[in-house]
Amino acid sequence: MFDRDKWQEIFSTIRKNKTRTILTGFSVATGIFMLIFLLGAGRGLRNGMTSVFAQDATNSMQIYGGRTTKAYKGTPEGKFIQMVNDDFLNLKKSIEKIDAISAMSYIPGAETISYKNNFGNFNVSPVHDTYKEIKNFEILKGRFLNQNDLDEHRKVVAIQDEVKKVLFPNETALNKFININDIKFKVIGVFHQQSFDDNSREIYIPITVAQKIFNNNDHIRRISFTLDNVSVEESKNIEQQITYKMAARHNFSKEDKNALWIQNNIENSQTFAGLFSAIEMFVWIIGIFTIVLGVIGVFNIMMIVVRERTKEIGIRKAIGASPSSVVGLILMEAIFITAASGYVGLIAGVGLLEAINQFDMIEKIYAPAAIYFIDPQVDLGIAVGATVVLVITGALAGFFPARKAAAIRPIEALRDE
Amino acid sequence: MIRLQNIHKSYITGTNKLHVLKGIDLHIKEGELLSIMGSSGSGKSTLLNILGLLDNHDDGVYVLNNEEIKSMSETKAAKLRNNLLGFVFQSFNLISFKNAMENVALPLYYQKVSRKKRNKLALEYLDKMGLKEWAHHMPNELSGGQKQRVAIARAMITQPKIILADEPTGALDSTTSIEVMDLLKEINQSGITVIIVTHENDIAHMTDRIINLKDGIIESIIDNNQINNTESVKIPIQE
Repeated sequence: MFDRDKWQEIFSTIRKNKTRTILTGFSVATGIFMLIFLLGAGRGLRNGMTSVFAQDATNSMQIYGGRTTKAYKGTPEGKFIQMVNDDFLNLKKSIEKIDAISAMSYIPGAETISYKNNFGNFNVSPVHDTYKEIKNFEILKGRFLNQNDLDEHRKVVAIQDEVKKVLFPNETALNKFININDIKFKVIGVFHQQSFDDNSREIYIPITVAQKIFNNNDHIRRISFTLDNVSVEESKNIEQQITYKMAARHNFSKEDKNALWIQNNIENSQTFAGLFSAIEMFVWIIGIFTIVLGVIGVFNIMMIVVRERTKEIGIRKAIGASPSSVVGLILMEAIFITAASGYVGLIAGVGLLEAINQFDMIEKIYAPAAIYFIDPQVDLGIAVGATVVLVITGALAGFFPARKAAAIRPIEALRDE
Repeated sequence: MIRLQNIHKSYITGTNKLHVLKGIDLHIKEGELLSIMGSSGSGKSTLLNILGLLDNHDDGVYVLNNEEIKSMSETKAAKLRNNLLGFVFQSFNLISFKNAMENVALPLYYQKVSRKKRNKLALEYLDKMGLKEWAHHMPNELSGGQKQRVAIARAMITQPKIILADEPTGALDSTTSIEVMDLLKEINQSGITVIIVTHENDIAHMTDRIINLKDGIIESIIDNNQINNTESVKIPIQE
């Protein structure tokens, strides 16, 4: 196989038909290039989407109050379901698979937040300390809310890095006091969070403080929790349990799908995983068909090569070439053309992906898309797989021409003037 | 060396069956210089192809070097051709993209002789043919006579027992033809059996024995050299 003479013969025939060989190789290279590039891009998209969705832990669920659409026990339809602290405590106790649970209330009225002469409109969310386990934060400075903040109704606040930039452009934020609706809150932490929305500017305060000083009630707007290692089926069961419990507590029909709005990220993330698998499969199909076209090109050229070399093959056979050596010659030429040009395509595909990554090309072309496209890469497995596909297809492309060459009878070849 | 008994060969073209060889009986001794003559269509090329293991015979017995040749695998035939036989063709049949030395060395490649060794041997054989300084020239840079001498060197390099030459002078002028024939005679004198297919009388008459073929049978055998002829007797046609 690594016989120098054989290689020399292969190169000498390739050299004789440079343009033809290069054009054939080009189609194979394009096929591999497409496959690698699309798979890498798909991977980048998946990474991007995953990181965007990672703002909500993929094992989390959220419950919002809704409006009933069925009359129930004398209550007409259209009743608004207002969740309260007791709902939160009840769920916390009764759903056993719950890992972390947090409620969120809201502050009525304009939320103008200021520090000295700097001010802005930010989204103030009153939450429990456990919220940090449901939302994926990256704490940059200080800390998030803790149990004591809630128990002692401390007026403290954790702010997003974007908020810090506005309120504290030139100074540190920790331990400074900011005004929220004219009440002073002490900054205890700065965090970063991934989001769909580039304009997300979040501020978190203890829910106990908000309910006491802004709302003066025990209303909550949403309950978020994470579940410990549950399947999609189990998560759906839990959804149903919650609906039943809340239906009993708030007096609405168990069958009313609109009284509560439950966002099940476990189910959603599975849907997304499925979606991306489908995209990946689609990419494979496109890539493989492109490769097949290239391989048909190689097959074609090898058929021509065999025809053109009929006489030469006949001479070789007359002076003692065995059929297997003739088959080997043609087969190796086919494999060599596919493998070499495929490798060029592979390098080009990986190179382009690397270039996109290195020079933040997406960011430059269309910045808003950049967060959906992270780290486009093909892993070693795909590269190895593509190489195997190349060698196999190369062998297939060479097989029939080689068999044809082996069947050449020396007398007929020699007669061919 | 070669014994043919009642060899038959026919080709089927469409619905027609063309009976080319109709019972050839021939005994060729080791070291003979022999020519096969006949007009086109007499079956002389077919006979040479069968002798050269390039084609199978349909019927009869062919014994080559004490081994009966029956239908055999192409791999085995290739091996026998490589070890026992050397071919010289009318149209030289050199490989156009290999230089003279590589062409001569090629049969040894199929014997798995190392590159260095076979190129050295090839140079030796080219030297014997007086072509040493042409070793690195491509076939299209050589004259007809030179090409044929390269082809003869290629046939000789495996030290075969038999050289089969199919119209070796057919594409050459008369002077070169005589040179080539002298070369073949010289080879024959070193003990190698040489079989030449030709339709030229003067070429045939340079050989020891002439087999005249006509319509697929041996019409006559002419002994040019009575001294060499004592042992090569025509075998009577058997029923």
